[in-house]
Amino acid sequence: MAGKALTALLTVVIGIGAALALYWLLNKFAEILPERWEARVKPYLYVAPAFLAIVLYLVYPAILTFINAFKDRSSTEWVGTENFTELFGSPQFRDTLFNTLLWIVIVPAATVVLGLAVATLADRLGPTGEKVSKTVIFLPMAISMVGAATIWRFVYYAAPAGQPQIGLQNAVLGVFGKDPVAWLQQSQFHFNSFLLMIVLLWSQVGFAMVLLSAAVKGVPIDTLEAARIDGASERQIFFKVVIPQIKGTIITVFITVTIGVMKIFDIVYVMTNGGFNTNVLGNEFWNQLSTNFNNGAAAAIVVILMIAVVPIMWYQVRHFKAEEANA
Amino acid sequence: MTDTATTAAAATPTAGQRKKAAGGHGDANPAKAGWGTRVFLIIICLLWMVPIFGTFVTSFRPLTDANSSGWWNVFSNPDYLGNLTFDNYVKAWEDSNMGNAFINSLAISLPATFIPILIAAFAAYAFTFMEFWGRDILFLTIVSLLVVPNYVAFVPLLKIYGNLDMNGTFPAVWLAHIGFGMSLAIYILRNYMATLPKTVIESAKIDGASHFQTFFKLILPMSVPALASFAIFQFLWVWNDLLVALVFIGPGENEPLTVGLTGLRTSVGQGWELTTAGGFLTIILPIAVFLALQRFFVRGLTAGAVKG
Repeated sequence: MAGKALTALLTVVIGIGAALALYWLLNKFAEILPERWEARVKPYLYVAPAFLAIVLYLVYPAILTFINAFKDRSSTEWVGTENFTELFGSPQFRDTLFNTLLWIVIVPAATVVLGLAVATLADRLGPTGEKVSKTVIFLPMAISMVGAATIWRFVYYAAPAGQPQIGLQNAVLGVFGKDPVAWLQQSQFHFNSFLLMIVLLWSQVGFAMVLLSAAVKGVPIDTLEAARIDGASERQIFFKVVIPQIKGTIITVFITVTIGVMKIFDIVYVMTNGGFNTNVLGNEFWNQLSTNFNNGAAAAIVVILMIAVVPIMWYQVRHFKAEEANA
Repeated sequence: MTDTATTAAAATPTAGQRKKAAGGHGDANPAKAGWGTRVFLIIICLLWMVPIFGTFVTSFRPLTDANSSGWWNVFSNPDYLGNLTFDNYVKAWEDSNMGNAFINSLAISLPATFIPILIAAFAAYAFTFMEFWGRDILFLTIVSLLVVPNYVAFVPLLKIYGNLDMNGTFPAVWLAHIGFGMSLAIYILRNYMATLPKTVIESAKIDGASHFQTFFKLILPMSVPALASFAIFQFLWVWNDLLVALVFIGPGENEPLTVGLTGLRTSVGQGWELTTAGGFLTIILPIAVFLALQRFFVRGLTAGAVKG
């Protein structure tokens, strides 16, 4: 055990040392070149190692994945669009897709609304109250999804009827004399999927709150006062003065959470492993890869994810360009 | 100027300064909290804390207690209170491999957090302070790669690692996390460097300093806040990651805490006393890091960090 810790520390030292040596060498190499070439080549040398990492670990595998999506389960023979037709032909996969869509439709919007509510309302507390409540809401962000899922699995836990209920939710039911409910198995109206979404909400609202809080505090006070003098109610001020001024932040939060939701995996994997009609794309990817050993289907799922991400990517680039033009 | 969470927002070093600069109302909100507001906030804070608290209490209860009564009984029944013990932690740490997994998590997270920083900083420096053909296109590529889910890399990398006999080893995950975190690192650092005063760099140039010297003597020390916020992000991300670890390491000798905890669930089944103790071992370090360095973390967030 101690050996592993030591190896890790040594790796940090060696890794950073090697990187230093590499850049020193690259820099020396640039300096031997004639001056005109030195200035020309140096930027590329500075950028090259970072790009090598990105190309090796993101771009190149992404291209391979795209190709694998049209090959068979061991990526040896071409099968055309068979992986896709098979996936979309299966009712289970259509359910999985629908569940993922449910997550995408509900979670980002709910996160923004709750985050904005907490940010706005906490803003009205005294400094201590605001700080404490914000830290409490923010804290789950540091907790892994596996940890969050474990914590909530305990809340939802159902012991057989007649035994003492140690899960909080069934204990509350018991107080009202009701029988315990196996919460995570209630698939009517996707009820159990909603219970899983609560876990992600619990983990992400703090993130939304922090960003939105900074934005709400940035709303110029004279716009608020002007509205008050004009006799606007607090509600009107919130919806007609504050919201329009923090629209940019709302969109940023919304997009960030949406990306996270699209690839949600850990919560579903730990709590139900996709059972009881709670499956989502991320978990199905893992199933295809690890249980079915079907690389083709796994790659096809990733391609579906990538297609879903393209509009966000486009928005991101456009948004960045606009920001740069303003700066 | 209220669009604080966007990419250019790194321009303002702290949220506090930003709200002054923007003429925001800051803490002096004339609207005071009414009873409804207070009740809502208290309820939501309770909802947020009670699940963690219940897990925490259960992690100190003996198996028979944990399975026969809810954790809240500890506060009404002195017997239960007297039964509280550290045994679960000892058992999880020693018998259930969680101690080994804790070290593994450290062994995975530390190199994966610190090695990419220098590499990203050099790239960010070039993007900010050097002119070269293709610069804008290359940076836009990075911006667009931010949102690409790392799922795209798993299938091919598994095969490549298989050929190199690297599956199940630490270097496999180190390199993967370095690659996956690189675009975010460059993005955060470049946005921060763009806010540093250009005059300082200009005068260093006039004094005859090379790019190499300017980078190490001026830019790197000045970028410490941004380096810190990336380091926290990357650390939390790697420590809390399950999927990358499952794909490239899997259960066994080298498994990190997240994988260990999911394994604990399947092997122990209903033993909540071990699962909760294991859960707490998993989340204790990130919570400590988070509470200690919250300031940097928030700054990183408001700098518009989006990770795919």
